[in-house]
Amino acid sequence: MNKTLLIIQREFLSRVRKKSFIVMTFLGPVLIAGFISLAIWMTLKEPEIQLALVIDETKILSNELQNSDNIVFSYSADTLPVAIQKFAKSSFTSLVFIPNNILTSNSIVIHYKTYPSFNIQRYIAGEIEKSLDKYKIKSFNLDKETYERIKDRVTVNTVDFKSKTDDKFKMEITLVGFAFAVLIYMFIFMYGVQVMRGVIEEKTSRVVEIIISSVKPFQLMMGKIIGIALVGLTQFLLWMVLSSALIFAAKNVIMNEKYDPSKMMKHQMTSELMKDSSKEIPLDAGVNEVTDLLSRINFPLMISMFVFYFIGGYLLYASLFAAVGAAVDSESDTQQFMAPITIPLVFGFIVAEFAIQNPEGSAAFWFSILPLTSPVVMMVRIASGISSANLWQVYLSMVVLTGTFIFTTWIAGRIYRTGILMYGKKVTYKELWKWLFYKG
Amino acid sequence: MSDLLSVNNVVKKYASHLALNKVSIDVPRQSIYGLLGPNGAGKTSLIRIINQITAPDSGEIFLNGEKLRPGHISVIGYLPEERGLYKKMKVGEQALYFAMLKGLTRKDALTKLKIWFEKFEIQGWWNKKVEELSKGMQQKIQFIITVLHQPELLILDEPFSGFDPINTNIIKDEILRMRKEGATVIFSTHNMASVEEICDSIALLNKAEKILEGRVNEIRSAHKTNIYEIEFRGNMIGFANALWSNFELLEKTEEGNIQKAKIKLLKGSTSNKLLENLLPVADIVSFREIIPGMNDIFIEHVSEPPGIKNREILFFNSKELKKGGAGE
Repeated sequence: MNKTLLIIQREFLSRVRKKSFIVMTFLGPVLIAGFISLAIWMTLKEPEIQLALVIDETKILSNELQNSDNIVFSYSADTLPVAIQKFAKSSFTSLVFIPNNILTSNSIVIHYKTYPSFNIQRYIAGEIEKSLDKYKIKSFNLDKETYERIKDRVTVNTVDFKSKTDDKFKMEITLVGFAFAVLIYMFIFMYGVQVMRGVIEEKTSRVVEIIISSVKPFQLMMGKIIGIALVGLTQFLLWMVLSSALIFAAKNVIMNEKYDPSKMMKHQMTSELMKDSSKEIPLDAGVNEVTDLLSRINFPLMISMFVFYFIGGYLLYASLFAAVGAAVDSESDTQQFMAPITIPLVFGFIVAEFAIQNPEGSAAFWFSILPLTSPVVMMVRIASGISSANLWQVYLSMVVLTGTFIFTTWIAGRIYRTGILMYGKKVTYKELWKWLFYKG
Repeated sequence: MSDLLSVNNVVKKYASHLALNKVSIDVPRQSIYGLLGPNGAGKTSLIRIINQITAPDSGEIFLNGEKLRPGHISVIGYLPEERGLYKKMKVGEQALYFAMLKGLTRKDALTKLKIWFEKFEIQGWWNKKVEELSKGMQQKIQFIITVLHQPELLILDEPFSGFDPINTNIIKDEILRMRKEGATVIFSTHNMASVEEICDSIALLNKAEKILEGRVNEIRSAHKTNIYEIEFRGNMIGFANALWSNFELLEKTEEGNIQKAKIKLLKGSTSNKLLENLLPVADIVSFREIIPGMNDIFIEHVSEPPGIKNREILFFNSKELKKGGAGE
């Protein structure tokens, strides 16, 4: 078998079998699912009282929507354009528009100043459904049982009053990009340091002396770097699979509760469907909202970009970490060489935070091209959506990163092969520079 | 080709420090070749070059008459002086890993490891972690790893360190057996007693240069100083009187009723003449020529010339050498 492959295999297996890896692999998805649950919970929380102005074009609701703790309805007979003008200066926080065709479209529009929570949206929909029910039963002369079978649900469309656009997810998507950036930052740090520790361990235990009589130092270094990269990718893959499974399972549990046939029966028999569902639906809506958000993220693109920038950034940093490991005798000596490596990485992380707000700014641009920061910063920019005119920046960043990691790997290889055989010596930068030119 | 390994004029420089200065050695096939020298003489540098861990700046190395190439790694077994194993890895798994790195197939390696583990009666260690083993036990594993692929050339740097006398003998016997079966051994050590015991030839390195090379018995004979040690019963005065000319009494001691004397033959005289003179006056218990040990030869060659004890002064002509540098 190829020797580098053998080394990769050993590095991979010895880490994947560790307890800490297994614990992290299962804990990670629980944390991810936990964060998503938190997000759902946050969206379900009632922030404040909504003052809703109702414009009813149909005049069939007869102004009988019930106020609740969180919403107070007022009514206006104005037309929509007039009402919207008045709404701008009024103290109302949302404007509920019930169009003439409500009986066929079953949909209403809410213009909002403060975004109504899903709970409130469902409450409004529920109240309108109730009024429509009464109207339909009366005007078509139906009995309640027949009606329950043919009744319709009301769909709510929301429009941001100021921007009037449907872009409420843009920020969230960028945040997901930032989450990927955090993941890259974390992985580079975690696994880069593992490479360094591995090298120091081999050096202090003197295993390296035995190994390098069989393999070239470069093979040993690359085997270690690649083996550990595979550990990282395996962990990432398992996290993705396990957390999707967890989210899917959680969603199913909630859905099953909602559509449980026995519960449906109960609803019909007690005729309390509306009231009950107005309590239950929001949870479902929250989940739907999150799945809706998830469906808007271009996962194939994000994951392939994640894999590229993780590998590129990791190779770049891991080879530097390997060189540091080779140059010192123990982990306590690493400080002086660690700073030049960690500072750009931390800096990239900070720039990425700013890039959330301004993904096309010049800081975001430059640091998404520079190879030491691009793996973190570019993830945020890609998530926020790069226009096709700026696509060359992505390509440029990828090319620069690739070129740089080839270069640093070469440099690191030269420091590494001298360093691993050097003991008991305080190494200076000047010395490292000399090592670059030793004959193999 | 009678020499398995030939090193020709190898030079290795580290930054500003000269590690090997035109060193040439020839290691005869199927011999045990001692590579000696004080710390920092360049032994490790030379061994690393033979193992292709580093490359020489100039000079050539031939193995089996072929120029050294990466493929030769599989016919060399190297036991470094500073050696260790992965502490958290299991013994068997680790031995297998190193064997496969040397180019053995998994199946082959398993069979051979089994034989060695049985021979050393350590089958029970297979699933133990290395950190559970004592230092001597770890050394045994390292020895097995070094020789498992049946290398033509074995390079052993202080192979006996960390072993008790019983295990030292086991390892020594294995080395001798492998030589008998065709292996050539380069043996680096500071233990001169073991050099006299097992080495056929030696090379002595000092300050990056080879200063002595040859067969052990020839080197020792060449360093003879015509001194004889005699143990006898009898009168010391009569004994001293018998040495009337051509002999010099260097030293005399008394242990119970046995007298001991060291006598140097001056020019023209022989050991037979000495005996002739002594036979009438003393009851001789033993009579033997003192052949200098490798220890004395080592010290004699490596000591600084008298009057210059400071290395710095010795190197005053080449400032570069003062700074020292990487490795040996």
